[in-house]
Amino acid sequence: MQVTITVNGVERTDEVQPRMLLAHYLRDVCGLTATNIGCDTTSCGACTVHLDGESVKSCTVLAAQASGSSVTTLEGLADGDTLHPVQAAFRREHGLQCGFCTPGMVMAAASLLSQNPHPDEREVREELEGNICRCTGYHNIVRAVLSAADEMSGDRVDAAVQTR
Amino acid sequence: MIPASFDYVRAGSIDEAVSLLGEHGDDAKLLAGGHSLLPMMKLRLAVPETLIDIRHLREASYIRVDGDEVAIGGLTRHRDLVTSEVLRAEAPLIGLVAGHVGDPQIRHRGTIGGSLAHADPAADLPAAVLASGATLVAQGAAGRRTIAVDDFFLGFFETALEPDEVLVEIRVLRTGPTGAHYEKFTRRANDWAIVAVATVAGRVALANMGGRPTRATATEQALAEGASIEDAAALAADGTEPVQDMHADPDYRRHLARVLTRRSLAAAAA
Ligand SMILES: Cc1cc2nc3c(=O)[nH]c(=O)nc-3n(C[C@H](O)[C@H](O)[C@H](O)COP(=O)(O)OP(=O)(O)OC[C@H]3O[C@@H](n4cnc5c(N)ncnc54)[C@H](O)[C@@H]3O)c2cc1C
Ligand code: FES
Ligand code: FES
Repeated sequence: MQVTITVNGVERTDEVQPRMLLAHYLRDVCGLTATNIGCDTTSCGACTVHLDGESVKSCTVLAAQASGSSVTTLEGLADGDTLHPVQAAFRREHGLQCGFCTPGMVMAAASLLSQNPHPDEREVREELEGNICRCTGYHNIVRAVLSAADEMSGDRVDAAVQTR
Repeated sequence: MIPASFDYVRAGSIDEAVSLLGEHGDDAKLLAGGHSLLPMMKLRLAVPETLIDIRHLREASYIRVDGDEVAIGGLTRHRDLVTSEVLRAEAPLIGLVAGHVGDPQIRHRGTIGGSLAHADPAADLPAAVLASGATLVAQGAAGRRTIAVDDFFLGFFETALEPDEVLVEIRVLRTGPTGAHYEKFTRRANDWAIVAVATVAGRVALANMGGRPTRATATEQALAEGASIEDAAALAADGTEPVQDMHADPDYRRHLARVLTRRSLAAAAA
């Protein structure tokens, strides 16, 4: 069947099998490999992308279901060479170690901040419950999301500067 | 994991979905959020030949006050239940419980109709709707009919829906902004309840205390007769037949049902 999907701002039409998962479509058809597949059972969140602006787990959406919609992957989040505030904050706050969960974490966090621009720490932890990280212990991830929230609302005090 | 091959059709309306179901018979399945069906298809526990996608049908996605009930479209997503001001003011149990379903990504996809039609006894919304004194509206070839929620859940993954029927609306009683509570006991984040208890307006429904969501009738009756919360909650497991699985044995589940009912009633009364 034919699907027409706007991927990272560019509309494209492809011939796919109805059973093709969105995660496989993005990786194998579009060649966008930032979206990782960790569990394939809707548990880990590594495959999180935005579908019409909201986070979804692309291992549990058919490419066919996304036809007519827009999808944003991690590759489409930055504005040219300027990182998205959530990406920049993950770098600044060391919100990753191996990096496998990171694309999904960043996409989930960006979706969370678009719905709730001023989350407290508990809300960040609860809202990221669909994303599992085996390395970091989550502390720096949470710190990065809170820092990105401050950045996006314009009141971030650089932690490095502050402690000097 | 990749599902077995199937044909995919998008229904243009509920009417069309009903006629497609009639045309394809048992080989077809409705696809709403896909967050119960697709995982089962990936495991080949479900192998439909045709999927009829209804997820995008806006005509069945709404939440509005209608007389002494709130009418919720069958395709309303969990996320829309959580954020609904109408539900918060009129029937808060539903939004509260929807916030316990899975995680944000799952709530962006899954629908209330899909959750009820799937009828997993461990699921959250079936218990919430049971506690809410709801009426369900199904549309089939012969038109629409209503089903009282007490007659809807028949057993494990089994409901009163006919194979050619679409669950189009859920009508819950307006209970006012307070007095609702949900206690869900899990071991891991983003998981189904080991046991959960939904309470509103003197009604108490239990999740995962048997093959279908169950009303704690002995507790409800005791409350109606003026028993204390402690005494009423002690009866919560009466008449239930909870299962044994890797998380808990039946005795532990009965214990949980009593404790969670006490907490839920106390929180609802506070
Ligand atoms: C990792 C994970 C964790 C989860 N955790 C929870 C949890 O904690 N609590 C919980 O309650 N649920 C949980 N769920 C399930 C989730 O709530 C599903 O979204 C929901 O059960 C099914 O809704 P759906 O719209 O996705 O239905 P689908 O998967 O599309 O459909 C489910 C079934 O219902 C039928 N159907 C769908 N819509 C209709 C309709 N309108 N009329 C008639 N039949 C219909 C379909 O044909 C199918 O048989 C979880 C799911 C996953 C993947
Ligand atoms: S790969 Fe999709 S949730 Fe883990
Ligand atoms: S950084 Fe390794 S899984 Fe999160």
